[in-house]
Amino acid sequence: MAEVAGADRPDRADGSPQGGGAGGADRSSQEGGGPGGRTYGLLADSWRTYRMVAGMWIRSTMTYRSSFVLTLLTSFCATFFDFVVILLMFGQVEGLGGFAFAEVALLYGTAGTAFGIADLTMGSLQRMGRRVRDGSLDTFLLRPAPLLAQVAGDKFALRRFGRVLQGLFVLVWALVLLDVEWTPLKVALLPVTVVCGAVIFSAVMVLGASALFWMQDAAEVTSSFTYGGNNLLAYPPTIFAQDLVRGVVYVVPLAFVNWLPALYILGRPAPAGVPEWAAFVSPLVAAACCGVAALAWRAGVRSYRSTGS
Amino acid sequence: MLRLYATVAAGGFRRHATYRVATAAGVFTNTVFGFILSYTYIALWDERPQLGGYSMDDALAYVWIGQALITVCGMMGGGFEDELIERIRTGDIAVDLYRPADLQLWWFSANLGRSAFQLLGRGVVPMAVGWLAFRFTLPSGPGSWLAFLVAVALGSTVSFAIWYLVAMSAFWLMDGQGAVQMAWLGGLFFSGMLLPLNVFPGALGEIARVLPWASLLQVPADVYLGKYEGLGLVGAYAFQGCWALVLFGAGRAAQAAATRKVVVQGG
Repeated sequence: MAEVAGADRPDRADGSPQGGGAGGADRSSQEGGGPGGRTYGLLADSWRTYRMVAGMWIRSTMTYRSSFVLTLLTSFCATFFDFVVILLMFGQVEGLGGFAFAEVALLYGTAGTAFGIADLTMGSLQRMGRRVRDGSLDTFLLRPAPLLAQVAGDKFALRRFGRVLQGLFVLVWALVLLDVEWTPLKVALLPVTVVCGAVIFSAVMVLGASALFWMQDAAEVTSSFTYGGNNLLAYPPTIFAQDLVRGVVYVVPLAFVNWLPALYILGRPAPAGVPEWAAFVSPLVAAACCGVAALAWRAGVRSYRSTGS
Repeated sequence: MLRLYATVAAGGFRRHATYRVATAAGVFTNTVFGFILSYTYIALWDERPQLGGYSMDDALAYVWIGQALITVCGMMGGGFEDELIERIRTGDIAVDLYRPADLQLWWFSANLGRSAFQLLGRGVVPMAVGWLAFRFTLPSGPGSWLAFLVAVALGSTVSFAIWYLVAMSAFWLMDGQGAVQMAWLGGLFFSGMLLPLNVFPGALGEIARVLPWASLLQVPADVYLGKYEGLGLVGAYAFQGCWALVLFGAGRAAQAAATRKVVVQGG
């Protein structure tokens, strides 16, 4: 239950080069000529940039291997404490909001894994505010590579994989304990849920990072939706005020990360008067979130004026 | 001499007061988390009224006290140790050591100012919003508020002493991140930030309640809720005070050893 800027200490990978990918500048984005190929070209380009930047940071991390193992363990433990709380709660009670332990564990596992993946791949975005303030974002803009991929890969912290591991661990635990009649549809829905959940969380992170172009100190607001959302989604919707649940369905569509699909898997009614088929529209919601995030990012980049000196 | 430290403290206050957007963002985040936690606690206390000796209203007060004190008592990071570690790592600490002021007291004063600002800037609003939404337990009178503030001040002092000691490790380790992470983990779990310590079961609870981290949130919250009266209150303060003294002393010893033995990084 990371109450402040997330369950992740701000990290300093000391001695590593300032800024992102050392290489990458010479392999520019000349492919994908036609208008249809443009998006594809951008995506392929972003992926290549991201891989290069992230790869460099991983190599730099691996220089201090034992330090890496320790921080990976810390990351695993820190997130595990969230779950210890749920265990402690269930030491005292049989059910929470009418949900048994295995059911809450499923909610926790799906939210935790989805958020873990998003945090691993996009978590660096929350520290972009500093680069906007001190103007070091200029360096990124000068490189002929997609900006978002560079910033997202910047200071890529492989230790955040600990969070993914922990989420998966609880998810598997839940699946072992759960007494659910599995249908092929439900089996297929589970991985889709995790992937779409990760995409929704990532979109929220990009959206939050876009706001940093105007307000460099507001990164914590994003945390309340990402870390806070992860926290919220680990508990059954029945325990929250209905207005809050409605907000999570219709305003910030976090309910599509795991609540709606997971409730379908558990054979429970969806909250806030949402129809049952809503359990299957997570991919559409994820796509819509990406669209909004892309627009916001573009607006943010366009409004960026480097620091004056 | 006292005037010097008062000036440093005032500087700490003003410095943090400059970041208005960050403060507003923090207030927002603490409020959101307060709401989420409140509902989970309501679900828990619905099933088990009087869990840990708290009524539902007490438990909700605990949630919002936690959100209000999170930066004041440094449950998840003291708010100064990264800077101090960075100064040790880069060697800038040599400049600090030259100053005609004590290093520990200097940072303590600056942190006192920071704490005071965080209490006003980040503590008051979430508490007020939380009370409006949930109408949780309030202290019985001005005397209880005062007793609470004393406990918060002591909690903040213990927090400083812990994080200062952690920062001192950087003199030997250079990269303080490992120690910081460990201290952070300990603080997160044993401060009662996740769940009140009196809900922890059996021996785990017994141990958690005597560790220094209990001074940060659990003791102030219990003082707020009026769990300590008369001599009990003195005992609670003594508990916090003892940890503050012990850790302050340890920090001082580490500092003395560091300045005597360690060669400062040069650039």
